[in-house]
Amino acid sequence: MGLFTILISNIFVNNYVLARFLGICPFLGVSNKTETATGMGIAVTFVVTLSSIITYAIHKYILLPRELVYLQTIVFILVIAALVQFVEMVMKKTSPGLYSALGVYLPLITTNCVVLGVALLNVQEGNNLIETIFTAVGASLGFMLSLILISAIREQLVIKDVPEALEGFPIALITAGLMSIAFLGFNGLV
Amino acid sequence: MGIFEPVTVLGGLGLLFGAGLSIASKAFEVEVNPKVEEVRQVLPGANCGACGFPGCDGLANAIAGGKAPVNACSVGGQAVADQVADIMGVNPAESVRKVAVVLCQGDCHKAKDKYIYNGIADCRAQNILAGGSKSCSYGCLGCGTCKDVCEFDAIQIIDGIAVIDKEKCTSCEKCIGVCPKGIIELVPYEQEVIVKCKSNDKGKNVRENCSIGCIGCQICVKNCPEDAFVFEKFLAKIDYEKCTNCGICADKCPTKAIWSSLEGVQAKAE
Repeated sequence: MGLFTILISNIFVNNYVLARFLGICPFLGVSNKTETATGMGIAVTFVVTLSSIITYAIHKYILLPRELVYLQTIVFILVIAALVQFVEMVMKKTSPGLYSALGVYLPLITTNCVVLGVALLNVQEGNNLIETIFTAVGASLGFMLSLILISAIREQLVIKDVPEALEGFPIALITAGLMSIAFLGFNGLV
Repeated sequence: MGIFEPVTVLGGLGLLFGAGLSIASKAFEVEVNPKVEEVRQVLPGANCGACGFPGCDGLANAIAGGKAPVNACSVGGQAVADQVADIMGVNPAESVRKVAVVLCQGDCHKAKDKYIYNGIADCRAQNILAGGSKSCSYGCLGCGTCKDVCEFDAIQIIDGIAVIDKEKCTSCEKCIGVCPKGIIELVPYEQEVIVKCKSNDKGKNVRENCSIGCIGCQICVKNCPEDAFVFEKFLAKIDYEKCTNCGICADKCPTKAIWSSLEGVQAKAE
């Protein structure tokens, strides 16, 4: 698979939120404003890319030779949790501006299953390092794209005449469903 | 043997990451203002967000950084404000309780409409349609968007304009942020006399649109014994620090755009 194909496949066809249904929590939780959605997207991109590189190395050099592949889930969680903490510390020290802009979303990424999903799928599909990086970047760009799309829609929904019973979350869920169906249209592209 | 290797690998990795993090936390240590922690201790810790900051930690940061007043926590009230002021070394007497006030009195009977609005009951939506249905482009639209966001039930829509109960208001500023007209402002709780009009139109236009707007006659400015009025863009504004609540301006105001809760003045106004 060409690298460009990997990118397109992860952003649109196999969008982690709208086609694979991972990371639904932040997708609905922080999609009230486009601004915060963008912040979350950037933070996720950062963490996903870094964590997939590290998990790739751990899988290849520690787990595989010792036949401990069954430990991958728990080890990857460990890596992600530690990494997020580390990134938070570094960011707090080196760029307080970005740190305060991302705010609470940074620690929240620990529990974002897109991060774990990307790491696990990379290993399962036997990607090499370059493919891993492209998958990670594509996956997080896809995540950011869907987050920004739904937040823009939800910003509009706030002032629209929504039936009372559907106000707030119900209409957001319906919107998410419709978006997912729309993304089915990319099927067959890759 | 079977169990030994996975345990070592997992334990080893855990230990490695733990050690790495503890080293990193020393290496990347950021000095935190000790006052942040102290202020955080005396705040209620309910993380309600009424102050407008993300939780009590956020407010503690802002207070210690001088970005928020010591009495910013409306839930804790005076007791907490005093303690915080103590930590910050500020005189608590300086803190004045403020409440939000809607600066418009042009209700259904006093202000004229330019069209009949039948759309979504939301001021922001109405404001998009030629600035709302009121012929005065500064007035309260009365759809109650501020009422909807008020978490303390302090806002009521009376005769088509929003009225805030100052006893219930906690000055969380949610309504101020949501009002498309920007006519809600914080005013000291003790303030008895307020210019309840935001119109920058000329007197003639104000008269055409509303019977209780500020027409810019400057009678209040001339009669104020404390010289507490600021007059610009055809609108009188009271400097709340100079105002002594004597009520003379409200008494003299020909349109009663200056609202007063002083008893004598109110009787005359009616």
